[in-house]
Amino acid sequence: MSDTQAQTVAFVRETEIPPSPPPIREAGAVKWVRENLFSGWFNTIMTLVALYIILRIVIGVFPWFFNGVWDAGSIRECRDILEGATGACFAVLVDRWDHLLFGFNYPQDAYWRPTLAFVLLILAAVPALFYMYVPSKFLIGTALYPFLAYWLLWGGTLWLPIAVLAAIILTGVVFRLVESMTVSTRTIVAGIVGLVAGVGLAYLLYLGAKELWFISTSIGTGGAFAGLMSLVFKAFSIFTYVFFIPMGIFVGYAIYQSASDGGLVTLVTSLLAIALMMLYAVGPVSGVLNGIIPIELAAVESRQMGGFMLCMMLGAVCVSLSIPLGIVLALGRQSSMPLIKGVCIVFIEFVRGVPLITLLFVANVMLAYFFPPGSGLDLFLRVVIMITMFSAAYIAEVIRGGLAALPKGQYEAADSLGLNYAQATRLIILPQALKISIPGIVNVAVGLFKDTTLVSVISMFDIVGMIRGPIQQSTDWISIYWEPYLFAATCFFIVCYSISQYSQWLERQLQTDHH
Amino acid sequence: MTTLADQPVTASNESFKLSMLLNDTRYRSLTFQFIALVAIIAFMAFVGGNLVRNLTEAGLNISYAFLGEPSGYDINQRPIEYDSQSSHGRAAVVGLLNTLIVAFLACVTATIFGVIAGVLRLSNNWIVSKLMSFYVEIFRNVPVLIWILIIFSVMINVAPSPRDFRGDDAVASMWLFDSIAVTNRGVYLPKPVMGDGSMIVLAVFALSVIGIFAFRNYARKQLFDHGRMVPVFWPSIGLFFIPAILTQFVLGNPITLSYPSLQGFNFRGGITILGSLIALWFALAIYTGAFIAENVRAGIQAISKGQTEAAAALGLRPNRIMSLVVLPQALRVIIPPLISQYLNITKNSSLAIAVGYMDVTGTLGGITLLQTGRAIETILLLMAFYLTVSLLISFFMNVFNNRMKLQER
Repeated sequence: MSDTQAQTVAFVRETEIPPSPPPIREAGAVKWVRENLFSGWFNTIMTLVALYIILRIVIGVFPWFFNGVWDAGSIRECRDILEGATGACFAVLVDRWDHLLFGFNYPQDAYWRPTLAFVLLILAAVPALFYMYVPSKFLIGTALYPFLAYWLLWGGTLWLPIAVLAAIILTGVVFRLVESMTVSTRTIVAGIVGLVAGVGLAYLLYLGAKELWFISTSIGTGGAFAGLMSLVFKAFSIFTYVFFIPMGIFVGYAIYQSASDGGLVTLVTSLLAIALMMLYAVGPVSGVLNGIIPIELAAVESRQMGGFMLCMMLGAVCVSLSIPLGIVLALGRQSSMPLIKGVCIVFIEFVRGVPLITLLFVANVMLAYFFPPGSGLDLFLRVVIMITMFSAAYIAEVIRGGLAALPKGQYEAADSLGLNYAQATRLIILPQALKISIPGIVNVAVGLFKDTTLVSVISMFDIVGMIRGPIQQSTDWISIYWEPYLFAATCFFIVCYSISQYSQWLERQLQTDHH
Repeated sequence: MTTLADQPVTASNESFKLSMLLNDTRYRSLTFQFIALVAIIAFMAFVGGNLVRNLTEAGLNISYAFLGEPSGYDINQRPIEYDSQSSHGRAAVVGLLNTLIVAFLACVTATIFGVIAGVLRLSNNWIVSKLMSFYVEIFRNVPVLIWILIIFSVMINVAPSPRDFRGDDAVASMWLFDSIAVTNRGVYLPKPVMGDGSMIVLAVFALSVIGIFAFRNYARKQLFDHGRMVPVFWPSIGLFFIPAILTQFVLGNPITLSYPSLQGFNFRGGITILGSLIALWFALAIYTGAFIAENVRAGIQAISKGQTEAAAALGLRPNRIMSLVVLPQALRVIIPPLISQYLNITKNSSLAIAVGYMDVTGTLGGITLLQTGRAIETILLLMAFYLTVSLLISFFMNVFNNRMKLQER
C-alpha cells in the first residue's frame, strides 16, 4: 500500500478500528427495559403497579398451589394435613374426578365409553379442521363419527345407528337413481310420487284444518284477546279447508310436471324415501339384525349424563346443528320474498332479544306442552332444540354480515353465468361468505360452549351443576369453592382458548388477498 | 296476503298456465311464499292443537289473573314499596327494576374496565400490555356463570360476618371512619337523609351542572371565534363541587348522612348493597369488560397509522392526538359492538338466579312460576320483558350511533 504514496509516511492504519461497544445504557436488556418499562414517569408508575399486581398474584397463588393437598378424604382431613398453612385442597378433584367429568349417575363400568368418544371426537375433527393437510378420504371417518358417538354414549344396539346410516346412504342412491333416469321413466315415477305426495299433503292439511278449528273452539271464551285469537284461528282453519285440495293437486301436478328437468321430483322422492325408511324400516331392521348378531352396549339415559361430558356433548351437538340452520336463516333473511324474510327476521330478532336462560326455562317447563301428549321428549333433547335455535340466530347474523360483505358483482356475475339461485348460492356466494364469517362463527361457537354451563340452572348436572349440587352440598366437601371452580374454569379455558387460536390460524390460512 | 286465487287475475292479459307458477320467475316466489304460509299455518295447528290438548289434560288454562293475587314471598332488595302481601305483578315489577339496576351498574363499570384494559393493551409498556392480554384471555374464555359463582363464593366466605364487628375486640372493623361496613351479607353504605332545604342544594347542584355545559360551549366559541384557549378542566371541576357545597354549608347542612350501625345480628340504617348484587355486578363488569377491551383495541387499531403521524406532524402532543384525532374516529368503530355488549350484559344479568339476587328471572320466572305453576304465562311475560328492554337499548344506542357517525355526503 505504502508504495503508492508519493513520500513514505510514518504510519498508515491499514484496517478499520473495530467499533467500540455502545454505552451500556443504550444496549441490550438495559436499553429494552429503559425504553419499554421506564420511558417516562407515567410509564414507570404503570410498570411498578403492574409488577405489584403480579407480585400479589404470585404471593397469593404459589404457596396456595404448591402446598396443595392431593390426598385426603374430606375437607376436614385436608385442613388437618395443612395445619393452618395456606394450601389448596386438590383432593376434592381426585376424590370427585369421575363426578366432575361424567356426572354422578353415569354407570361406572362405562366410563371408557365417553372417554373413547372424546378421543375419537378429536380424531374425527382433525380431517375437518386441517382439511388442507389431511387427504379428503379421512373425512369419511368424520362423517361416520356421529353415529359411532351416539352408540358409545347412549348405548343400545349398534345396528340402530348403522340402520340409520344405511337409510341415509340408500336415500342418496335413490337421489342418484331418479336423477339419472330417462325422461320417460322419470315421468312414470313423477306421476306416482306426485300422486302420493299430493294426496298425503292434502290429507295432512285436512287434519291441520280440523286441528285449527278445534283450537279456535277451545280458546273462544274469556276476554277480548282470546276472542280475537279464536277468530284468527277460525280464519286460518277456513283458509286451510278451502285450500287443502287445490294445494294437494297443485303440489302433485308440480312434481309430475318437473319430470322433464327432474329437480323437484328427485328431491321429493328422496325425502319420501328417507321418511318412509326412518318411520317403518330402521327400527324393525335393526331389531332383526341385533337378533341375529347382537352387538350391544348397556343403554344409558340422557339424564344420567353430567359433568364436563355434558357440556362437551351439548356444545358439539348444538354447534354442528346450528350452523346449517343459521345458514338457512341468513339466506332467508336476505331473501326477496317478504313472507320468508319476515319470518326469519322475527325469529332471529326474537331469539337474540331474550336471554338463553328463558329459552332453557322454555325447554324445561314449557316445550313439553307443544308436543303431542305422552311423546315424552327427554330434557337433553329439549335443551338441544332450544340451544340450537339460540345459537342459530346468532350464527345467522354473523353469516348475514358475510353475505352483505360480498361485493355485488359476485351476485351479478353468478347471474350472468346463468346459474340459478341454488347453484349461485352453493358455488359462488356461500363459500366466500362463510370464509368471511369464520371468526364470527367461531366466536358464537365459543360463546355457545361457555353457555352450556347455564343448564345447571334448570337442574341438569353439568360441571357447574355438579359442583354446586353434589359436591358443595356433600358432608365431605361442604362449601369448597376455589378448587372445583378453578378446575372447571381451566377445562373451559383450554377448550375455548384452543378453538380461538385455531380460528386465528385458519383465518391466516384462508387469506387470499394481499397485505 | 297473497293467495293462489289472486294470481290468475294479475296475469289475465296473457294466457296463464298452471305451470307458470313453478317455472316463471314472476310467479315462482309467490308460489314459494304461499307454500311457506301454509307450512306456518300447519305448524301453528300442530303446536297449538298440542298445547290446547295438553292444557285441558292438565286442567290448566291460560290466564294472567295470578298477577293480581298476593305473592306471599319476600324480596331482599326492594327499590319500590313491596311486602309479601303485595301482588305477583308488583313482585315482577320489583324484579324488573332490580334487573335494570344491576344491568346499568354493570354496563357503566364494564365500559370503564374495558376502555382502560383496551387502551393499556396497546401500551408500549411490555409488562402492562401483557398483563392486560392475560386479563382479557382469562376472562373471555371462561363462562360468566363460573365467574359469578367464584366471586360470590369468595364474598360470602372471605368477608367477615356482621357478628365479627361486635364487641370491643372485634375481628373486623368498618372502613372510612366507621361509615362503610363490608360483610358477607353485603356492603353497608351511608345513606343521605333529605332535611328541610335540601331541595335548594339539589337545585343549585343541577344549575351548576347546566352551568358547566354552558361554560364549555362558551370556551369552544372563544376558541373557534377568537382563537383564545379558555381553560376548561379546573373551572368545570370547581363549578361541579363548590356551589353545591357552599349552599350546603350556608343552609346549615340540610342533607345529612345516616350511617349504618350494628344492631342485633345485622347492620341497620344506611344503604345496603347485597352481596349477590355485588358478585353479579362485578362478575358481569369484569367479564364483559374483557370483551369491550377487545372492541376498544380493535377500534383503535382500525385507525390508520397515517392519522397519528399526520397529527404528530401538525405538532399535536400524544394525549391530544389520542383525544382529538384517534378516539373520535375509533369511537365510530367501537360503538356498534359496544351496543351488543350492553345487550349481552342485560341478558346475562338473568344469571342472577344462580346467586339468589331477585331480578325479574328470580321473581317472575322463579318463585312466581313455582308458586302459581303458570309456566307459559310467566315465561312469555319474561321474554316480552327482555325483548322490550333489548329493543329499547338497541334503539337508543342506534340513535346515539347515528349521531356519532361520519356525516357522509
